[in-house]
Order: sequence, then C-alpha cells, then structure tokens
Amino acid sequence: MHAALLLAAAWYLLPLIVLLLNSLKPLDEIQAGSVLALPREWTLAAWRAAWSSAQIGVEPTGLSPYFVNSLAMTLPAVAFSTALGAVNGYVLSHWRFRGDGIVFALILFSCFIPFQIVLIPAARVLGLLGLAGTMAGLVLVHVVYGIGFTTLFFRNYYVTFPRELIHAARIDGAGFGTILTRILLPNSLPIIAVSVIWQFTNVWNDFLFGASFSDVDSQPMTVALNNLVNSSTGAKEYNVHFAGAILAGLPTLIVYVLAGRHFVRGLLAGAVKG
Amino acid sequence: MREGRALMSAAAGALRAALPKIVLSPSLLLLAVFVYGFILVTGYLSFTASKILPVPDLVGIDNYVKLFQTRAWTIALHNLAVFGTLYIGIGIALGLGLAILLDQRIRAEGWLRPIYLYPMALSFIVTGTFWKWFFDPGIGLERALRLLGWNDFSFGWIKDPERAIYTLIIGAVWHTSGFVMALFLAGLRGLDASVLRAARIDGASGVRLYWYIVLPQLKPVFAAAFVILLHMAIKSYDLVIALTAGGPGRATELPATFMYSYTFTRNQMAMGASAAVIMLMTVAAVIVPYLYGAYRERPRG
Repeated sequence: MHAALLLAAAWYLLPLIVLLLNSLKPLDEIQAGSVLALPREWTLAAWRAAWSSAQIGVEPTGLSPYFVNSLAMTLPAVAFSTALGAVNGYVLSHWRFRGDGIVFALILFSCFIPFQIVLIPAARVLGLLGLAGTMAGLVLVHVVYGIGFTTLFFRNYYVTFPRELIHAARIDGAGFGTILTRILLPNSLPIIAVSVIWQFTNVWNDFLFGASFSDVDSQPMTVALNNLVNSSTGAKEYNVHFAGAILAGLPTLIVYVLAGRHFVRGLLAGAVKG
Repeated sequence: MREGRALMSAAAGALRAALPKIVLSPSLLLLAVFVYGFILVTGYLSFTASKILPVPDLVGIDNYVKLFQTRAWTIALHNLAVFGTLYIGIGIALGLGLAILLDQRIRAEGWLRPIYLYPMALSFIVTGTFWKWFFDPGIGLERALRLLGWNDFSFGWIKDPERAIYTLIIGAVWHTSGFVMALFLAGLRGLDASVLRAARIDGASGVRLYWYIVLPQLKPVFAAAFVILLHMAIKSYDLVIALTAGGPGRATELPATFMYSYTFTRNQMAMGASAAVIMLMTVAAVIVPYLYGAYRERPRG
C-alpha cells in the first residue's frame, strides 16, 4: 500500500526532478550521458542562456521579455476578472430580478465552451478594436473568458451567507454598495484567494489565446517556450529548454506552494460545487 | 418644490432598484458579445463559403458534409475517441485508487497529496515539453536505460504512428490524475461516517465495503470527474502542440488542432467553423445535463 503511494509520488515528481537536474548540466553531458544521471559538472549557464540570450524567433533575447509579457498580461487580467466576479456574484446571490435564473445559467455555461468556437470572430473583433496583437487585447479576452468562473466562485460563496444578516442590514438602511463593502467583502478573503489563484494559473498557463492573438511584442511565456523548444536552427540545446520550461512553470508553482490549499479548493469549487 | 423632491426620491429609488442590474450589465454585455454573439457568428460562418476571409453567402450544410468526408477530420475524431476513453478511464482509475489508499490514515498524506496535485499547476506546454523529450528515443528514457546496460530496451512510441497517441495519454494523465484524486478524496471525506460504521458492524470490509457501500455513494464524484475530463479531452490543444504537433503524420491530430490548422493555416475558415460547432455541441451535450442536474435542486440565494 505504501509502496504504491510512494511509486506514484516518484512518477509525479520525475519530470520536475529530471528537468531540474538536466538544466544544471552542460549540453555535452546531456548529449553523451544519461538523463537519469546526476550532473558531473554543475552549471547555471543554461539558466542564464534561457533567461537572457537564447534565440526565440529572430532575436537572441532569452525568455525574460516574454516572462515580463506574461506578468503584464496576467496581473491586470486577474485583478479585473476577480473584481467583476465579486460584484456579479453578489448581485446574483442576494438580489432578485426578472430572468436572474437564465442569466446565471448563461454565465455558468460560458465557463465550459471550447474556445475554438470564439477564435474566428474574436480575432476579427480584436482587429476592429485596434487591439490585435496587443497586450490590452490579451487582457481583454482573458477577463471576458474568466468572468464566468470568478462570478461562479463568488456567487456560490455568497449564497452561503446568512440571509438574515443581509436583510437586517437593509432594514437598517444599508444600500447596495454598503452591504458589499461593509459586510461581504471583509469576509471574502478565502474566496478572493481562490479566484485569484484560479485566474492566475489559467491566464499564465494559457497557450491558445496567446498563440492566436499576440504578436512578437506581446507573446506570453508559453508561446515563447514552445518557439524556443521547436526552433530548428542549430543543435538542440536541451539544457536551455529545460531551464526555460522550469521558468515558465515557476510562477504558478510558487503560487501553488504558497497557497496550495486554496488552489485545491478552487479546483473543487469549480468542479463539483453547485 | 415638494414635487421636485418627490421626483428626486422616486428617481433615487428607481436607481437603487436598478443598481444591481447596472452593476451586472458590463459583464453581461461582454458575455453576450464575446461568448454568445461569437457562437452565433461562428455558427453562421459554418454555413457559408468562407475561405481565407469571411463571406456572407450561405451554402447550406455543405461544410458539414465536406467535413465528415475529410480524412483528417475523421482521423481526428477517431483519435479523440481513443485519447478520451483512455484519458478518462485511466485518470479516474488512478485518481480513485490513490484517493482510497490515501484515505487509509496514511501519516505521510500531508506531503504526498501536494506531490500528486502539483502537475495541475503547470501548463500543458511545460508538460508536453518534458514528455516530448523524455519519450525521444535518441536522448530520453530509451537511451538512459540502454546506458544502464539494458541494451535491447526499446521505447519509440512517440515516433510510431500506431502508438504516439499513448504518449499523449501519459502526459495528460500525469497532468490531471492528481486533481481527480483530490476530487475523490474530498468525496470520501464527505461520506456519512455512521453508514460506514454500520456497514463494518454488519461485517462488510475491504473490497466488499468499497464496492457495495462506498463507491455507490461516490456517484456524483464519478459524474463530476467524467464531465471534467471529457470536457478537457475535447478541448485538448496545447498538449498536442507541445508533445507531438499532431504527428507523426496525423497520428495525434485532434479536433482542436484540426480546427486551428484548417482555419488559420489552410484558409478553410468555414470548415474550421464547422469543426468548432461540432466541438461545442459535443461539450454542450455533456455539460448542460450535468449542470442542470447539479444546480436544479439547490436552494437559490
């Protein structure tokens, strides 16, 4: 029983350990040796190259500009979609209006569409808005296609708030905004964490939108990593690819290590809670 | 004066009443355009003769007929059937197995659980980058084991049109099975302890206890895991791009890669749109009944 659990742990850890060890080897050691061996000569050269000098596309810039792009895209997208999700969730949980059930169903369904169904018109509309290939365009699509989930998170969380509390506040004359800022938001830290982590992971890890709607100046990390790994010029610098792969995964891994419990809760809330 | 004040307060009241809708409207507008509007546009395009640019002339269901006569599409569907079945089957089996083992009061659970789950935090591009190279016979596992002295070890699935799809499944299962484990573990922890105790007193134990008492109660978790994995399988795109790029040949082409290449590189926009519509319909056929069931009986706020 324990053996099975440990074997599984080894399997899940294998890629991370092998990537890390081989990113610390010189290239000839990878070419001549075994991927499962420890480095004989430990070096950070591949990391430096991946960060600042590897050839991606036409320029030998390393991944650093794309890392910055991903941050510049992810942070605003996370902030806007979480803020919108919070107010939407509040409205949908504590205010009734005609058609609210249908509105909720439409928001819910929007979480699960395969994005292929929107790619063609989205490319066109971003072009018409003058946002094709820009960071603002990427932020916009990530906010739009993130709202569904963030709204769902907050709505499901606020539904569990005692109705009497909200009701009493209303009788005391508290309006729409007061209830949100004084009662709900101060108690929303756990669900804000869930929403932020969920959105951060999804936006940072996105490839489809990045590949479809960015140009050289706005490419996110995932697209740049894929270009680096598949660039056909010269010998394949595996150690640089591995360092790059870890760099591309590092921000979400850090978030996961720091706030893994919220990550799990977010996944579960997105998956099974109704 | 007084009428003015009454009017003002009526206006304020109306504003207060409308405020929730006003707050909601920017998001609804965005979703109405970017989700539902775009779905209609793509649906319309699938009935036109659009090639490199959209054209409005309708051609009926020609594109759908052509789509199902296109070998690349039927291959993609076949691949999706193989990939989806094994990805879902192995993912659920592994996730459930690990969850049951972890649920036996394992002292190390605290650090095993995050190890099982961390792949889900990584992108499919990072996942694919690793496995692509690990499966590469010239540099990865095959050579490592030969260097260790296992001279006739051979592992060339990724270059084998018959087997390349399995490399995709391994990468996808590695990425998602820990999450399925978390789903089942949460389900197991949520079971009614008194029912389990009663079953134990009645003499049920081990396999029988799980088969007859525990698993039937986990039906909602099975449903959730199935729906999520199916939905991820249908959307699979990044992993294919990073791991096999659809090859060798068309051995790992999936509907998502078909849609992208027909629309953006082969300039067959209407065909790409038809493929996207089929993908949406398939997801909807599974997701809509599931969501309806999950949300119907819950008390509304």
